[in-house]
Amino acid sequence: MTDVTMTINGRSVSGTVEGRTLLSTFLRETAGLTGTHIGCDTAQCGACTIHVNGASVKSCTVFALEADGAEVKTIEGMANADGSLGTIQQAFQDHHGLQCGFCTPGMVMTAAALLEENPRPSEEEVRDYLKGNLCRCTGYHNIVKAIMAASGQDVSAVAAE
Amino acid sequence: MYDFELTRPTTLADAIKALGEEDAQPLSGGQTLVPTLRQRLAMPSTLVSLTGIEELKGIKNGGGTLTIGGATCHADVARDGTFPALSELAGLIGDPHVRNRGTIGGSIANNDPSACYPAAALGSGATIVTDKREIGADEFFTGMFETALEEGEIVTAVKFPVPEKGAYVKFEQPASRFALVGVFVTKGADGVRVAVTGASEGGVFRWSEAEEALSSNFSPDALDGLSVPSDGMIGDMHGSPAYRAHLVGVITKRAVAKAA
Amino acid sequence: MPADGGIGAPTKRREDVRFLSGTGRYTDDLNRPGQAYVFFLRSNVAHGKINSINTDNAAAMPGVLRIFTGADFEGVGGLPCGWQVTDKHGEPMQEPGHPVLAQGKVRHVGDPIAAVVADTAEQARDAAEAIEVDIGDLPAVIDMKKALEDGAPKVHDDLTSNLCYDWGFVEENKEAVEQAFKDAAHVTTLELVNNRLVANPMEPRVAIGDYDPAGDMSTLYTTSQNPHVIRLLMGAFVLGIPEHKLRVVAPDVGGGFGTKIFHYAEEALCTFAAKQLKRPVKWTSSRSEAFMSDAHGRDHVTKIELALDAENNFTALRTDTYANMGAYLSTFAPSVPTWLHGTLMAGNYKTPLIYINVKAVFTNTVPVDAYRGAGRPEATFQLERVIDKAARELGVDPIALRRQNFITEFPYATPVAVEYDTGDYVATMDKLEEIADLSGFEARLEESKKRGKLRGLGVNCYIEACGIAPSNLVGQLGARAGLYESATVRVNATGGLVVMTGSHSHGQGHETAFPQVIAEMIGIDASMVEIVHGDTANTPMGMGTYGSRSLAVGGSAMVRATEKIIAKAKKIAAHLLEASEGDIELKDGAFSVAGTDKSVAWGDVTLAAYVPHNYPLEDIEPGLEETAFYDPNNFTYPSGAYACEVEVDPETGKVTIERFAAADDFGNIVNPMIVDGQVHGGIAQGIGQALLEGCVYDEDGQLLTGSYMDYAMPRADDVPYYTVDHSCQTPCTHNPLGVKGCGEAGAIGSPPAVVNAVVDALQRNGSSITHIDMPLSPSRVWEAMNQ
Repeated sequence: MTDVTMTINGRSVSGTVEGRTLLSTFLRETAGLTGTHIGCDTAQCGACTIHVNGASVKSCTVFALEADGAEVKTIEGMANADGSLGTIQQAFQDHHGLQCGFCTPGMVMTAAALLEENPRPSEEEVRDYLKGNLCRCTGYHNIVKAIMAASGQDVSAVAAE
Repeated sequence: MYDFELTRPTTLADAIKALGEEDAQPLSGGQTLVPTLRQRLAMPSTLVSLTGIEELKGIKNGGGTLTIGGATCHADVARDGTFPALSELAGLIGDPHVRNRGTIGGSIANNDPSACYPAAALGSGATIVTDKREIGADEFFTGMFETALEEGEIVTAVKFPVPEKGAYVKFEQPASRFALVGVFVTKGADGVRVAVTGASEGGVFRWSEAEEALSSNFSPDALDGLSVPSDGMIGDMHGSPAYRAHLVGVITKRAVAKAA
Repeated sequence: MPADGGIGAPTKRREDVRFLSGTGRYTDDLNRPGQAYVFFLRSNVAHGKINSINTDNAAAMPGVLRIFTGADFEGVGGLPCGWQVTDKHGEPMQEPGHPVLAQGKVRHVGDPIAAVVADTAEQARDAAEAIEVDIGDLPAVIDMKKALEDGAPKVHDDLTSNLCYDWGFVEENKEAVEQAFKDAAHVTTLELVNNRLVANPMEPRVAIGDYDPAGDMSTLYTTSQNPHVIRLLMGAFVLGIPEHKLRVVAPDVGGGFGTKIFHYAEEALCTFAAKQLKRPVKWTSSRSEAFMSDAHGRDHVTKIELALDAENNFTALRTDTYANMGAYLSTFAPSVPTWLHGTLMAGNYKTPLIYINVKAVFTNTVPVDAYRGAGRPEATFQLERVIDKAARELGVDPIALRRQNFITEFPYATPVAVEYDTGDYVATMDKLEEIADLSGFEARLEESKKRGKLRGLGVNCYIEACGIAPSNLVGQLGARAGLYESATVRVNATGGLVVMTGSHSHGQGHETAFPQVIAEMIGIDASMVEIVHGDTANTPMGMGTYGSRSLAVGGSAMVRATEKIIAKAKKIAAHLLEASEGDIELKDGAFSVAGTDKSVAWGDVTLAAYVPHNYPLEDIEPGLEETAFYDPNNFTYPSGAYACEVEVDPETGKVTIERFAAADDFGNIVNPMIVDGQVHGGIAQGIGQALLEGCVYDEDGQLLTGSYMDYAMPRADDVPYYTVDHSCQTPCTHNPLGVKGCGEAGAIGSPPAVVNAVVDALQRNGSSITHIDMPLSPSRVWEAMNQ
């Protein structure tokens, strides 16, 4: 067992972990942040996507010890300071970009990484960037639309709400 | 996962020392290894993380050669742009999250028959630098998931000669999005190279007939009438050997058109 | 309309706030104090005799609390099947036992052999690896037709064969259908496969058993679409726990799509083990486990024949289907290829004579049951494919051929036992032609040609029967459950309402849409209404959510209960206003006396109900809480027309979806935003089935598509924006909301459009290809083009 400390959503969190403890497990079980979800075991679904030192990663492919000393951001850290939904979160609600909500945290974290890199992505660029995030409910239509809207682009011409 | 000890050395020397222990295994970006461990398909006693070693990271451009540290992630290579075909290839691996973690050294050392990087290394005549020696790409990739690396030897850098022309075209397997067939083509000082990944049971390979034809005429037309035999091609639910052999021809033409 | 949205408003979803901020409460987010973990040792062979199981070494490993095997369940019931189909000779189907843990034999890869309970999940898995199991391999049967051959290995030794049932429908029509085929001017025949799918909700299944010895109370937390059904099946049939000693909670559930309807062995094991060990026991499925333990969907092999007269009118239809049941009968499996499939074979057309034969077959594969659409996609696919093929053979326009044969008068009694109440197939087709811009197709075709791509257009219609359904009817058809729905509406003293519904939301947005209905009925803000669901401890006995039934059946129950509330509130208001009850009107949240300016607010009436100082106690009880159970008298029949445009890369066989349009008739709409979302998701699953997804076993019964590395899920770059429309509305005539249900339509309507489009693209390029089996992967399309 080894001690590990990281900053999660601006708060320092410490714990004692095994070598094999995944960062996703540390977040869910030690930090009590269950917004990060586990949807597969082959690093394909992206439900566990978070940011480590500003880069999006699948937290089920990173060991907790590898994030020792890192700045970690999860879905629980995406709201505005007053607790209201952040721009991307709000766009997902406004455009019905989620249904069951299970893939949603990973989608929001991915969208945040995309818009950081590319503030006005095209539809094609959004779809390409979402390659590592599976959603079974929405058919992606409203997720893509929500991200386009969150980037400040006019989506009123996109078919249907 | 079986339990193991995870160490995070900060120097190459410490990493090499740690890898000297019995059943120690290097851990780079972990994008293949961690899922493998989660399936309990590997049982290391110690994992030696290489991603905390600064001397293994970074991209240097000098004298027509691009040297990429073994622990450099795909996203960094994708952003670099010095060798556009290589950057494009790096930007096609996996997805954005995978590219932020996966490393060139890890990918090359694993030599997955459907991975992209082996095609780049072989297709541009790269040199694989390890903690012990330098190995030419032609000698490095020895078969599916097999390389010239010895036990405990790690890839510290890959040196790419930047060619005059180059391109990578990837035709994705619909589920995994690995290459069903990927072709990396370059035309440089040492001639034309065509490297194919995803297709062969022997892993990445050079299509020498195509190289020969393209040497005198670097255009898609030069490949008319050429085909690879389907013997030895991978056959699975995503494509028969004949289909993969056919795709090698189609994708090579597209790569040449893109490079030319 | 209420300020925050009544019926018809695109109200934003209130549940989104918790899902978007990471505070949803999914089953795996729950942990009980002192919880232990279970790992299931599963068969790695498809068929084998269990010679011995030795758990001695495993039991001695660190942290191990108990190891259960089939022997522990010998005195316990097996997993029950909820539907009995009667075959064409009037005999009941063959119904094998389904033990919680394998007894004597393993019958598919993934069949659970033992369950190890330990202090940690890793300890449980470590110990499972130390269990010594000696299995004698038996030959596996995977292919359905081979499974029915004489001398084929039997999946269940105590059955006479691998045939579950041989069903004929409608048996009395058979001779007339045969005669019609003899008399036909043209017969089109098509053989096809409806590919086996894995539902893949993004949340894997989870079960937590908990036991309180003080009250002898068992609780199961589970990822279920219908907690009451699980309580009934598991309590009464498997573990013998009376329902008042068993609580089932299905909190936030991350998608279902059918596969979370069924009662699973893992639920029973966790509940059983918790009681035995007096400790909570948790199981979280990995995705790899899900592929070999969640019930799969579809998997039909069909021959369909369509007879036409000289004027191209459909005169008869005949089908011959093999339906895979897998190794055991999952909860509703027998109903899917029969009553949810055969009854839909008339489609949107006035074909007078229809005969369907279905042979349900046991194989050494994971059980197959309902997956989004369940039977109706299989019916629609074969019907709409054979019509397309007929049009091409006859050289007529596929849309014109459909229009010519549309049912145009309603109600319409089909020759396959159902009566469509309403519909307007001409209107949805007209709407489709408009929104899909079919008149612009030729120009797009030319543009594709310039880029070396083959463009094709596919169109089809669909009809579905959903909002299931009348209990007395389904009872006659073999259902062992009722299919009503329930709601309790509790009005609080200060006027707010809590609706306890038997429906279950796992993505459908009930917490938002249900209050819209009540807000509209009373004339108050929707924010005054709270929805409670998913816990048998605080909701009335309900049948759950599947078959596009939540609003049509569950919503109707809520309407009925609310009507009772309003009726009682009017009595109270009449008393307060010293008026006759018959003169009381409810509008905009106030009761008024007709023709006067006398009124009393909703909140004053509700307060009076709980503070009955000035109250007609001699006539009515205090309080304002009502329950209703709603049992519909028919299915609902949503319908629509879909169009897909594809491009085929002739060099690689890769198909891309360029445009997709859907014109649906769902009757009345409560929340159009949610309806659009349901259609989008269904279309993506249909495109997934058509182009990408397919569960593959090798001949030994090994699952080759055991992860997302080989099972191709639709991703964002596989699909386009969809154009959807539901402005054609013929309201359902028999439920109070006039709604029809929209959850499955997209998955039912889209696969034939995609395949029709690919065949169209290839034929326009001179190919004689008439069919390619799904999924139309690049290699399959290329192989077909290069045969």
